[in-house]
Amino acid sequence: MRLQSLLKPGGLLQPGPLPPASQSRRRDTLLTIGACLFAALGLWLLENHASGYVVHLSCVGAIFATLAVSYNLINGVTGQFSLEPNAFVACGAYVTALLTLSPAEKEASFILEPLIWPLSAFSIPLLPALVIAGLLTAFMAFLMGFPVFRVRGDYLAIVTLGFGEVIRVVANNAQSVTNGPLGLKGIPHLTNLWWSWGLLAVCLFFIVRLVHSSYGRALMAIREDETAAEAMGINAFWHKMLAFTLSAFFEGVAGGLLAHLITTISPTLFTFFLTFNLLIIIVVGGLGSTTGAVLAAFLFTYGGEWLRVMEEPMRILGWDIPGIPGMRMVMFSLILVVMMIFMRRGLLGSHDFSWRWLAALLGRRARP
Amino acid sequence: MDAAQLTQQMINGLTLGSLYALIAIGYTMVYGILRLINFAHGDVLMVGCYFAWFGAVQFGMPWYVALMGAMVLTAALGVLIDQGAYRPLRHAPRISALITAIGVSFFLENLGLVVFGGRPKAFARPEMFNHIYQWGEVRVLSLSIWVPILTAIILAGLILFIRRTRVGMAMRALSRDLVTVQLMGIDTNRVVAATFALGSALAAAGGVFWAMKYPQINPLMGVLPGLKAFVAAVLGGIGNVTGAMLGGLLLGMAEIMLVALLPELAGYRDALAFVLLIGILIFRPTGIMGEELPE
Amino acid sequence: MKKVFALLAVAVALLLAAAAPALAAEPIKIGLILPMTGPAAAYGDMAYKGIQMAQAKRPAVLGRPVKLLLMDNKSDKVESSNAANRLIQRDHVALIIGALSSSPTMDAAPVAEQAGVPLVSGWATNPLVTQKKKYIFRTCFIDPFQGYVAARFAFDTLRARKAAVIIDISRDYSVGLASFFIKAFKKLGGKVVARTMYSHGDQEFSAQLGMIKKRNPDLIYLPGYLPELPLIVRQAREMGLNQPFLGGDAAQADEVVKIGGPAVEGLYLTTHFDEQGVTTPAGKGYATEYRQKHNKAPDALGALGYDAYNVVLDAMARAGSTNPAKVTAALAATKGFAGVCGVMDIVEHNAVKPAVILTIDKGRFKYVTTVKP
Repeated sequence: MRLQSLLKPGGLLQPGPLPPASQSRRRDTLLTIGACLFAALGLWLLENHASGYVVHLSCVGAIFATLAVSYNLINGVTGQFSLEPNAFVACGAYVTALLTLSPAEKEASFILEPLIWPLSAFSIPLLPALVIAGLLTAFMAFLMGFPVFRVRGDYLAIVTLGFGEVIRVVANNAQSVTNGPLGLKGIPHLTNLWWSWGLLAVCLFFIVRLVHSSYGRALMAIREDETAAEAMGINAFWHKMLAFTLSAFFEGVAGGLLAHLITTISPTLFTFFLTFNLLIIIVVGGLGSTTGAVLAAFLFTYGGEWLRVMEEPMRILGWDIPGIPGMRMVMFSLILVVMMIFMRRGLLGSHDFSWRWLAALLGRRARP
Repeated sequence: MDAAQLTQQMINGLTLGSLYALIAIGYTMVYGILRLINFAHGDVLMVGCYFAWFGAVQFGMPWYVALMGAMVLTAALGVLIDQGAYRPLRHAPRISALITAIGVSFFLENLGLVVFGGRPKAFARPEMFNHIYQWGEVRVLSLSIWVPILTAIILAGLILFIRRTRVGMAMRALSRDLVTVQLMGIDTNRVVAATFALGSALAAAGGVFWAMKYPQINPLMGVLPGLKAFVAAVLGGIGNVTGAMLGGLLLGMAEIMLVALLPELAGYRDALAFVLLIGILIFRPTGIMGEELPE
Repeated sequence: MKKVFALLAVAVALLLAAAAPALAAEPIKIGLILPMTGPAAAYGDMAYKGIQMAQAKRPAVLGRPVKLLLMDNKSDKVESSNAANRLIQRDHVALIIGALSSSPTMDAAPVAEQAGVPLVSGWATNPLVTQKKKYIFRTCFIDPFQGYVAARFAFDTLRARKAAVIIDISRDYSVGLASFFIKAFKKLGGKVVARTMYSHGDQEFSAQLGMIKKRNPDLIYLPGYLPELPLIVRQAREMGLNQPFLGGDAAQADEVVKIGGPAVEGLYLTTHFDEQGVTTPAGKGYATEYRQKHNKAPDALGALGYDAYNVVLDAMARAGSTNPAKVTAALAATKGFAGVCGVMDIVEHNAVKPAVILTIDKGRFKYVTTVKP
């Protein structure tokens, strides 16, 4: 019953060899635009008819999907096992918040030490703040890339973990910039369905196109065998850097939107725990599959809320079962371990959705 | 800062370094053989503490009995984790094993949170460790003197074990070449299990001493010490037991000295470990002891 | 194998679907945001016990049963605001009681404020919680008062002229209370000779304590929380610092005594309630009942919870409905409410009531004196 076997040759969901992309480009673009319009209609309906709770959850889902897709780019597609998205999300969140908070709010928040000038003096609207945050985060990734990509494999994981922790400690201590452990509150609630899903759409656009381009193939070559790729003339370092900075950009922007959704941030939000959650998502979705990352992100968000049921008291068949707070996370960890042992490739492996696949599948099913 | 405070802080650093050394050895032994960073090691330490707490508080055992019991039980836990979670992935790509290790780590932490609720529990410090010796201006807790001594004894025992027993020799051989050792007819799974058992037992000891020094335990107490101990292992040259000891001492001293000499930067002490890590991985990735014969 | 999986999945789904939260007829839903897990779980537990006792005693108002929906904020600020969101959007509560500590309350409050749902905290003492808010109330005193009480006690009773202050910079409670103490102490003529900081999660305080030792104060003011507070006091004693410690209401917890051991003997603290300082018949009744039920002395947080619940129900009764605007107006007009912790008026959304000072004597919290506002 695994999706995997369904996707293998001969499986139900495997339509056989696909016709080349060039044949169906116009049809594909039209279909994509159609799907976007459909999605926009869906969002409009959600916004006007669903409860605030469902809307909030959908925004969180879209933001996590963006994070998952960007994280998947460096981990799954390029095969560089990095553990620092929490640092990039933190950077994006703090920068955006510091830029959009009004000077009065900042004064109210920074009670121990005043915020440094000139941040204390102005505030700008959301879009430029997000772009600046994304660029700054990408720049930070750029600087980090030089030491980070000197090592590989396990060491890469540990170095990135180290950087992530360093950033968190800095955020916790730089009172005059981040307000230390007290964090920032009163961030204007500007994120809505359009912003979060819009970001997801932009992110998907860029990343899917990148993955299907020659750059994407180079990244996958680096993942499979870096030495061979270099022998073929691919400059591994700059390609890895490309994936890293692009990934960081989107993670930063997503972080900014997250800050404006939950309106209060502090360093405890950006611990290794966040990286771990993203790791579960992309592993469950399938390392290397963008579609898988999106699916898994939504599964995680909605499923996580649904699993909250486990933490509240309930009656099953007449028995009163008291709520066990924290069981949710235990379940998540267990799922990850079990998945790694039995379903290492995740839900979709490294397969991706595409219109050609769908057309071929429907075409095959239509024929007897 | 005067001489008295300096002496006090140096003893502090020695104690902290011994704790890191005890924990780092487990990391380094496992990595030496399996090339796996056992993220769950820090949480195994935490479980060891709770075992000891149960022994001392619930059953009223004297501290050394509780410690022994904890070491044995934690060793069993280590073997369980290896056989249950890591062994099926012996031939899988290393990333998978790494992710699994992270998963096991989180599982232990969250299980601890569910069972113990995150409320810190008081850890009784045995009387013999509670005296305060005073020489002039210098005040030293007797625990700070005992810990390095006990650590040295344990580590001496470990080195003897590795050098003189057959299992120890097998461990050393495995870290050189896993496949050849299998061809020699040695049951690698048992040796690996023994490695985990040993490393976990040491971690439990380190954890118990840690709890005696900072006398409260909670389910997340193993995270940061575990990470820092890993940094210590890398500092010393991962895969090398003597290196782990050295790295642990070095890191402990560095951390305490940072806080002592630059108290305004005290909040950054956690970052120090990682800055050192990044530094050493860039400038000397093989660590202090280099890629010599892992012992 | 496939079939077994499918059957299993269906069975689990059915089971969970059949599990429904217990329903009752037309209850009044009141949300409760408390730290039941995480480092502040000790406090949440104490508070919840008090509320449970109050609900047992008065389970209904306006002819409808009261249903308490407990949300654990895991001692975390962000979880607090999430919990408030869930209670308001998903469960449609009429009112929220919570959170416990000032930081999480300050994060849940804007959510309630924006939705127009009244929120009453029984325990958050930082003034910023209710400042400039329409729907947010508290039924305990605020830190300017607590800091003043502490400063007076330090100056007059303990005869301290030089004080050192250790602040937990990760909590608004600690930061606020410390600054109010400093202001009041200076005004009385005292001098603050050292001001050091730590953050939640720290275990090693030798740097801060070393600096304090050098300045030789008469008293150390430590408005700290679990789990750091007992550790700090212990390490201070180990380092030879023998000055008296004075803490805030967060120092009243069993763990402080258990973890602190002999080091915390003689620690003073300001808080809201003690059974020996009761001034109202409700208070005496509460103390007796609590001892009967839990076999130990009642603590301040439970008493505050008891009062918070009753103030809320009282306001609803006076308002004659659960309409948010009416309940808010009724809450704001609370005067002379004889609660367990004393007689209180709600002035500008805060409660004006007396404070008590306790000390730790032989491992128990002992009453010292009451200070009226």
